[in-house]
Amino acid sequence: MSIASRDGPIVRIEGLTKRFGPIVAVDRVDLEIARGELFALLGGSGCGKTTLLRMLAGFETPDAGRLFIDGQDMTDVPPYRRPVNMMFQSYALFPHMDVAANVGYGLRRDGVKAPEIAARVAEILELVHLQDHARRKPSQLSGGQRQRVALARALVKRPKILLLDEPLAALDRKLREATRFEMVRLQEQLGLTFVMVTHDQEEAMSMATRLAVMNAGRIVQIGTPHAIYEHPVSRFVADFIGIANILALPEGGWMALRPEKITLAAARPDLPQSVSGRIVDLAYEGDRSLYHVATEPHGTMIVSTANTSRAAGGAFSRGQQVWLGWADEAGQRLEA
Amino acid sequence: MTGRARFAFGMLAFGYAFLYLPIALVIVYSFNESRLVTVWSGFSLKWWRALFANEAMLEAAWLSLRIALVSATGAALLGLAAGYALVRAPRFPGRTLFGSLVVAPMVMPEVVMGISMLLLFVGSERLFGGPDRGFLTIAIAHTTFSVAFVAIVVQARLTDFDRALEEAAMDLGATPWVTFRTITLPLIAPAVGSGWLLAFTLSLDDLILTQFVAGAQSQTLPMRVYSSVRLGVDPQINVLATIVVTIAACALVLSGWLTRRKV
Amino acid sequence: MRFVIGLPFLWLGLFFLLPCLLVLAIALGTNAPDSVPPVELGFSFKSFALLFSDDLYLAAWLSSIRIAATSTLVALLLGYPMAYAIARTAPNRRPLLLMLVVLPFWTSFLIRIYAWMGLLADNGLIEQFLRWSGLASNPGTILGTEWAVHLGIVYAYLPFMVLPLYATLEKLDDSLLEAAADLGARPLAAFLTVTLPLSLPGIVAGCLLVFIPAVGEFVIPDLLGGTGTLMIGKVLWDEFFTNGDWPLASAVAVCLLVLLVGPIAIFQRNQARSLEKRS
Repeated sequence: MSIASRDGPIVRIEGLTKRFGPIVAVDRVDLEIARGELFALLGGSGCGKTTLLRMLAGFETPDAGRLFIDGQDMTDVPPYRRPVNMMFQSYALFPHMDVAANVGYGLRRDGVKAPEIAARVAEILELVHLQDHARRKPSQLSGGQRQRVALARALVKRPKILLLDEPLAALDRKLREATRFEMVRLQEQLGLTFVMVTHDQEEAMSMATRLAVMNAGRIVQIGTPHAIYEHPVSRFVADFIGIANILALPEGGWMALRPEKITLAAARPDLPQSVSGRIVDLAYEGDRSLYHVATEPHGTMIVSTANTSRAAGGAFSRGQQVWLGWADEAGQRLEA
Repeated sequence: MTGRARFAFGMLAFGYAFLYLPIALVIVYSFNESRLVTVWSGFSLKWWRALFANEAMLEAAWLSLRIALVSATGAALLGLAAGYALVRAPRFPGRTLFGSLVVAPMVMPEVVMGISMLLLFVGSERLFGGPDRGFLTIAIAHTTFSVAFVAIVVQARLTDFDRALEEAAMDLGATPWVTFRTITLPLIAPAVGSGWLLAFTLSLDDLILTQFVAGAQSQTLPMRVYSSVRLGVDPQINVLATIVVTIAACALVLSGWLTRRKV
Repeated sequence: MRFVIGLPFLWLGLFFLLPCLLVLAIALGTNAPDSVPPVELGFSFKSFALLFSDDLYLAAWLSSIRIAATSTLVALLLGYPMAYAIARTAPNRRPLLLMLVVLPFWTSFLIRIYAWMGLLADNGLIEQFLRWSGLASNPGTILGTEWAVHLGIVYAYLPFMVLPLYATLEKLDDSLLEAAADLGARPLAAFLTVTLPLSLPGIVAGCLLVFIPAVGEFVIPDLLGGTGTLMIGKVLWDEFFTNGDWPLASAVAVCLLVLLVGPIAIFQRNQARSLEKRS
């Protein structure tokens, strides 16, 4: 491995395109991913994120463009010769092999000697807390255990990049949140590059160091979770990530304003921007409440308030006349 | 229990009686002293001794077994390939024809298949001077009509197959051939195995196709049984039936036990 | 992959497709009793003309279809309640019950037909039973009649009827029947409007699996039927082996295939659709 390749990005993608019949699944995508990142591809179903990941793994051949991994052209290299490993959404554990055989499968393919396989399998199983389950079949494991076997199997070959296809989608909510932290811990501990596909923005925001929002085969914005949330470039991104009020600006163009950046008050607040309106709907969500307020200039706007007090019912009720106010820098001007 | 269910279970009991009474009687009469199968005249093993001394019958059984082994193995290999191609190759020239060729032998009347294969062998004898009708021609005929049965079970198993398993293997460094050998084949092996068993049984049991392509020298077990049965009831056949039923029951229990063991 | 497709393709082309074409070629030839093989190739419809002009052949066709159809119907009437009952039992008992249906299929076909020869024979157990029970005072020998042929076909092909019926009935969701009852359907109405229509693919598959082989059946009419029972499979056999008329036998084979093309096509569409549903 040359010094130069050590410094460059671990993934470089140039004009990558994939068509399925008349459908363009991935459309001239350019992307660079740095070493040690936990990078997320985020988008709705059919946006091309999974196809992009499968081209990284080598399961799909691009129709145009090039793909470099660690400086080497991998565009036409079959999956079994790529220095990447994937964790499948369904986990794809081999049902006829026990946990140890599943995890050791990739090492056997590389011709690693049996004692070393045993040692490395034991080591990785310990890392995912499954050292006592090595002789179980996948059918004898819980959903969470299966997820960790799949993770261990993909990690044991020490790939340059670990690809994760919706890694938490099959878990229930409680386990999903705990596993998020566990995976970030593993990624930092091993110092590996993770590339993750997800449709769950909360998952992408909380785990990723950087993320790419995809729509209709194209990457529409790349940035840190904070940048994406606070500085969306387009109405699509503002709307897709979290909740946003999209306001038409008097001088033309649009502005995204997050519900929690708005102050809700009975009297006109002392803020640079304010409008009055009537509460048409409200939703109590436990930690916060969401109010739908019909306003004259901007139509229905959404405002959220944190429920810091335990008193029953919010301070406002349906049908009430209220004022909304926000600071000049609270909103983000959109380019498109 | 509702009236409808009571009727259904009554019919089930009747159905089982209908299926098993004749077989049970055949077994019972294999131990009959008398030659007649209508009269019970005391317990005897003489027909058992007679069958095991019947060299023509034993020779025919041995020939049938060898043919069944060869043709079931051939059908398993060809059926595996055919089933695999039908599921995994969505497009190739002649795919529609291939699809019909694979299943057609299963629904083709046996007399038609018999006459057509004989005509082929007669033709090749005229043109190339061979093959001689006997073991080889029977094995070819049995293989041909058993391929469909293996292909169908393999096709069904592969249709349910999770492709991500193969992708996972390749992702972990397995070449396509190694993937097939270590993942695909072990997982569809039960289907291939039951297809083989089906082909083996069909071959062992076939009379019509065999009668057409056998030639003068070879006599398989069903051919012997048929020529003996045509002349009327023969207690030695009862003994043979008892043996066949026992083996079939054991094999079914065994395969049931094997499939219940989860992978 | 080329090898995987090519090998079975080549095999079936050589040993299945080519022989079928040969049958057609021979059927268009003429009988030549003195040569070996006894055929003179040509382009003559003599054999087909004979098939359609002689009443004997026409009678054989009609009685084959009639016997196959009635036997199929009887097998359906017996097999449907059996499959229904199996599908209604506790899931852990179903494999055993199904195995009992399939077991006879794994024993020799010939031997199962033989079993009936003894039962139906002159003064055999069935006759003794009929006389003893008073159902018939002088039943006469059943062996050698069309009754015996029907019985043999139903007996031999019953498993083929029960298995596809069970496969569709087993998948039937209980909540559908509960919904029908909830909406006011009595049990019989629920059966006729929900169970029966939903099991139609199974009925079609089962009936064709019995009907198709029954039409061309040879062993059963040969062993259980008498000289009066005409079935086309037996005609083909006799023309070939006894009379040595290869072109005529081939013409019978061609006609049999043409007759069965419709049912076979329906069967294959039915199968393809159910396989598609699974994927």
